[in-house]
Amino acid sequence: MSTPVLRVEDLHRSYGRGPTRFEALKGVDVEVRAGESLAIVGKSGSGKSTLMHLLALLDRPTSGSVELNGVPADRLRGRELNRVRNETFGFVFQQFFLTPSATVLENVILPLKIAGVGRAERKRRGMAVLEQLDLADKAKNRAIDLSGGQKQRVVIARALVNDPQVIFADEPTGNLDTTTGAAVEDLLFGLNRERGITLVVVTHDEELASRCDRRITVRDGRIEASATAATTASGTGTTAEPGRPAEEVAA
Amino acid sequence: MKPADVVGSAVANTFRSKTRTILTVLAIFIGAFTLTITTGLGTGINRYIDQTVAEIGAEDVMTVAHQAEETTDDGPREYDPDAVTASGLGADGPGGGQTIDPITDDDLVTIAAIDGVESVEPLKQVSVDYVQHDDGTRYEVSVGSFIPGMELVLASGEQPDADAAEPQVAIPVDFVEPLGFASQGDALGGEVAFGVTDATGAEHVVTAEVVGVSESGLIGTGNSVSPNTALTDELYAVQATGATGQADVYGSAVVTFDPELGEPATQALKDDLDEAGFTATTVEDQIGAFQSVIDGIVLVLNAFAVIALLAAGFGIVNTLLMSVQERTREIGLMKAMGMGSGKVFGLFSTEATFMGFLGSAVGVVLGMVAGTAVGDALATTMFADLPGLTLIAFDPVSVASIVVLVMAIAFLAGTIPAGRAARQDPIESLRYE
Repeated sequence: MSTPVLRVEDLHRSYGRGPTRFEALKGVDVEVRAGESLAIVGKSGSGKSTLMHLLALLDRPTSGSVELNGVPADRLRGRELNRVRNETFGFVFQQFFLTPSATVLENVILPLKIAGVGRAERKRRGMAVLEQLDLADKAKNRAIDLSGGQKQRVVIARALVNDPQVIFADEPTGNLDTTTGAAVEDLLFGLNRERGITLVVVTHDEELASRCDRRITVRDGRIEASATAATTASGTGTTAEPGRPAEEVAA
Repeated sequence: MKPADVVGSAVANTFRSKTRTILTVLAIFIGAFTLTITTGLGTGINRYIDQTVAEIGAEDVMTVAHQAEETTDDGPREYDPDAVTASGLGADGPGGGQTIDPITDDDLVTIAAIDGVESVEPLKQVSVDYVQHDDGTRYEVSVGSFIPGMELVLASGEQPDADAAEPQVAIPVDFVEPLGFASQGDALGGEVAFGVTDATGAEHVVTAEVVGVSESGLIGTGNSVSPNTALTDELYAVQATGATGQADVYGSAVVTFDPELGEPATQALKDDLDEAGFTATTVEDQIGAFQSVIDGIVLVLNAFAVIALLAAGFGIVNTLLMSVQERTREIGLMKAMGMGSGKVFGLFSTEATFMGFLGSAVGVVLGMVAGTAVGDALATTMFADLPGLTLIAFDPVSVASIVVLVMAIAFLAGTIPAGRAARQDPIESLRYE
């Protein structure tokens, strides 16, 4: 079997020190394989977001190792780490984090701008990705003038523009109604299938989680269960509330 | 992110919340505008002084006289019983303090022997009774000392030629019409006569050709006619007719030196002259005190403008801190996408610098327009008697340095919010509601 894209071993992450010390992760092992779609589910405060941040190299573990394509991530420092994150990952957040006054195109090419890609090349790649997502006619519109579903599609375009290996989606449909949410899901899974982009979805939406190849459930800083789609499809114990508005990001 | 993109993004961000930016830029504008005007004032006045310096005398000459009795360099003067009688003897009037020994031919030899003195000429002071043209009305007039190298501010005509054998003179513009000339052009080439009384009381008339008409100046040749060497010599000779032994003593002498040798050499020459019992004054010395007062005043005015700019600097800090607060999530996102802290710092500090640039550019341009307008208006009203004085003038270097200074202040102000933005943790920022 090939090297997993991401592998974490015995991952601990704690915040604060002394009596206020809080352990968000208490020894987690996860492998993310190339081309799969993985759902990280868990309740608010379970540590699932912390796990995602560690996988996305946004945070450093208190102890344990994170490997990206077989290379220990703690070897990456500063500039190198920024470059790797820029080139390897795409992010889709529950909040859109679009610059409201900037145009759709400007929002989409932000990762390329950060990477230092030239102006003409930026525009070409930005337009190409907007074309794919049927947003080309909106390129010159201001981001604030779009509907929720369009905004999330712009966010996906932004995550896609630098041709990433992995897309991290943190509650990607949390702010969308059911129909729009389903369309965005289709889009994400389509990318996963057709372009082989590894998808890591953090959610507590059962329906979304069940569409992933594999899911891991995080509870109190530990992985409670790991299952493949086949086994989870039938039996569900947790309560799912589709279309529920955002009530948490803190974890 | 490429540096050009950092600048581009910063500029675009500046206009994101327009009202706030405009208000901040306005505060900077006020400071920059004030600084432009005050600096312009300094430039204008100093430029006029420099012009006047050229008028008073050349840069390579110093006026040398015997040291006055009271002039001692340092500290209180030692009591000297003879000095009292000495000053008593020479007193010109009631309570008269001091006399200066005249410069004699022997003194001229002594001065000429001093190292660094290129040449020495006695300064011949002449006084005439009147000036007259074509038997017209006679007017009282004083005769200026013509030092080779000095340049009159001329209304028309040319400078009196120091080397010309013919007596030449430049008359003040105020004298043109009273003397009976139809115009300045008419005066040029005309002849004027000077009445001189000699030592015996006999009257003589000396004629000279008018070659120039001089503007009245701040210090120099205000209401005196400016003769060339030939005329001075002739007037002096006539004035001294019948005098006994007076002909060869002068109030002061003019020493030519080489200013290219620099300040230390000039100072050494002064010290040597001092040792020999003479005081030497260069044109710079005469004007220097005046100029330092002006510089002092301008400095104080500039300080006020800089205080205004510092206040504007806090405006920048305030504005950008608000921006950083508002854009917390955006900063977090950019960092998550791999933007380094240095670039985030660059983004916000560039935004601050750009605000500084906007405010200073507008301030400087409007300051120059306003300053020029006011200067021109004053030149024709309040300072009409001082032609050549542009109260507020601008030179490119000082104007550019104002812009640079304001941008530097803005950058420094920007480092506070930029530092805060750069330190933000991407996770915390993304969580920020």
